[in-house]
Amino acid sequence: MMFQKVRNRKSNIEESVVKKILLIMALTSVLSLGLIAFFIFMEGLPFMFNYGITEFIFGTTWDPTNQVYGIFPMIVGSVLATILAIFIGAPIGIAVAVFLVEIAPPRVAKVIRPAVQLMEGIPSVVIGLFGMVIILDLIRRLSRGPLSEFLPSTYQTGYSVLAGAIILVIMILPTIISISADAIRAVPKEYKQAALALGSSQWQTIYRVVVPAAKSGLIAAVVLGVGRAIGETMAIIMVIGNTVLIPELGWESIFAPVRTLTGNIALEMGYAGPEHRQALFATGIILFMFIIIINSITIVLRKKEY
Amino acid sequence: MFNVKPNHMIKVKRSQRLAFTMLSLAALLTVIILFGILFYIMSQGFSVISMEFLFTEPRSMGTEGGVFSAILGTIYLVALVLLIATPVGVGTAVYLNEYMPAGRFKNIIRFSTELLAGIPSIVFGMFGFIFFVLMLGDYTGGFSILSGALTGVMMILPVIIRASEESLRSVPNTLKEASLALGTTRWYTIKKIVLPFALPGITTSIILSIGRVIGETAAFLLTLGGSLLVATSIFDGSRTLALHLYLVAMETGDLQMALGSGAVLIILIIIINFTAAGLFKLLVRRFST
Repeated sequence: MMFQKVRNRKSNIEESVVKKILLIMALTSVLSLGLIAFFIFMEGLPFMFNYGITEFIFGTTWDPTNQVYGIFPMIVGSVLATILAIFIGAPIGIAVAVFLVEIAPPRVAKVIRPAVQLMEGIPSVVIGLFGMVIILDLIRRLSRGPLSEFLPSTYQTGYSVLAGAIILVIMILPTIISISADAIRAVPKEYKQAALALGSSQWQTIYRVVVPAAKSGLIAAVVLGVGRAIGETMAIIMVIGNTVLIPELGWESIFAPVRTLTGNIALEMGYAGPEHRQALFATGIILFMFIIIINSITIVLRKKEY
Repeated sequence: MFNVKPNHMIKVKRSQRLAFTMLSLAALLTVIILFGILFYIMSQGFSVISMEFLFTEPRSMGTEGGVFSAILGTIYLVALVLLIATPVGVGTAVYLNEYMPAGRFKNIIRFSTELLAGIPSIVFGMFGFIFFVLMLGDYTGGFSILSGALTGVMMILPVIIRASEESLRSVPNTLKEASLALGTTRWYTIKKIVLPFALPGITTSIILSIGRVIGETAAFLLTLGGSLLVATSIFDGSRTLALHLYLVAMETGDLQMALGSGAVLIILIIIINFTAAGLFKLLVRRFST
């Protein structure tokens, strides 16, 4: 009797200690998020207010040596590369997902699924290096060859929005594919069976029933892709040229070298003086805002899924 | 309505054939891109890789010599990150899944984990730079493996939490209830029943997060310092293979040497993916059945 009581008390103490430790662990991620937000804003926000938010966001000159900090060219660069990447990547990604779930024979799906997984695992710098060696060369040949009459010489180096977007496509494809595939898989079988029973062909079922039913999941996949594209740093630095310039409007702009928000931070943080560093953290705030908005959309959209 | 024209059926069939061809082409393109990258990096990189490349230290900014210190840096960093992130990540998942009642507080933790997962690595890098490198520099050694590892922990926590939660959720309630009905405490049940059952899933997620650390560059660019020397403690600066690849390619322009590092990286990633898959099968057989 006695013995049992002691044992019970011991395990009760263990239970409550463990529970407390686990609670502290669970709070780590909340704390991390809080710390990150706090420090980025603490470093960047005062600078942004002192310098003037509009001048900072819409200023077109970035010249840290003369204390001029306008990040508009970087915003344009990030947005351009992301739009182009989504424009190419979203249809391909969703197509692969549809193929994978609805059409591919099991034996083919067995090859594609691990391939997509492996693609997600390739380090971004490796993709960037591949871009530096192969994609830059291809674009250079294109811009110096058949397109040379139409492009100014600064647009003929290969380093370009297009190169950045192609790299981004490679990086966001796995995300878009796997999340779209989940969304398509979640469409109730009855919907499909009903459509097929009405005499629709397999393809009609897919694009009239399955895809519309999976719509919110597919949008979530694309939005998540946007988030990854905007946040991508290393691979894109390696191919996009990093020139602080706003390309002129027109189709030629996809051959223009630009700099992204992320690239701005990664390239200059290492040697920045105090004020310059604050300007870079302010750049981080803008990036952070983009990401928070995009992620909130995704989280809301994914809650809507079945 | 019911007199379907034969013409119409042909059109339906034709558009289906066209659509399916396009979809298969998209899939084919994806696979070709993947294998194109793998094949190119490997074939170019293999001409650089040798015993000397793997086991000597880099000289002249990495254009000569090997990648030994970068390999060691990678191993140290991965080990330290996992040492911290595994207990915290799995602990969080256990707490969320086994202890915490549903409610607003739980939602807050879930939501911040998801937000954390979406933050770009360069933002982690900036934070690590200002917090671990500059502010806590006296304790972390400034640019150091420790600063990098703490930053890396924040990055992979959401990955481990999410995957662990998924495996914990797959533990049948009947098992838990049976154990609790025998009069065990909650923690005893978790220790003896829940965790062993979820072990395969958790292990796989941890191995896959190794890949994440190995492939990460932006966060470590701003926290590791990029030292070429072999690190002797966690307070020393260092560089990982991925960071080495980036610095060599961008600062020296020696793409051949960078391709060598790239090939080593890809081999590592492939090994990790296969180990994760193999170990999962093995552990499932051993623990979950």
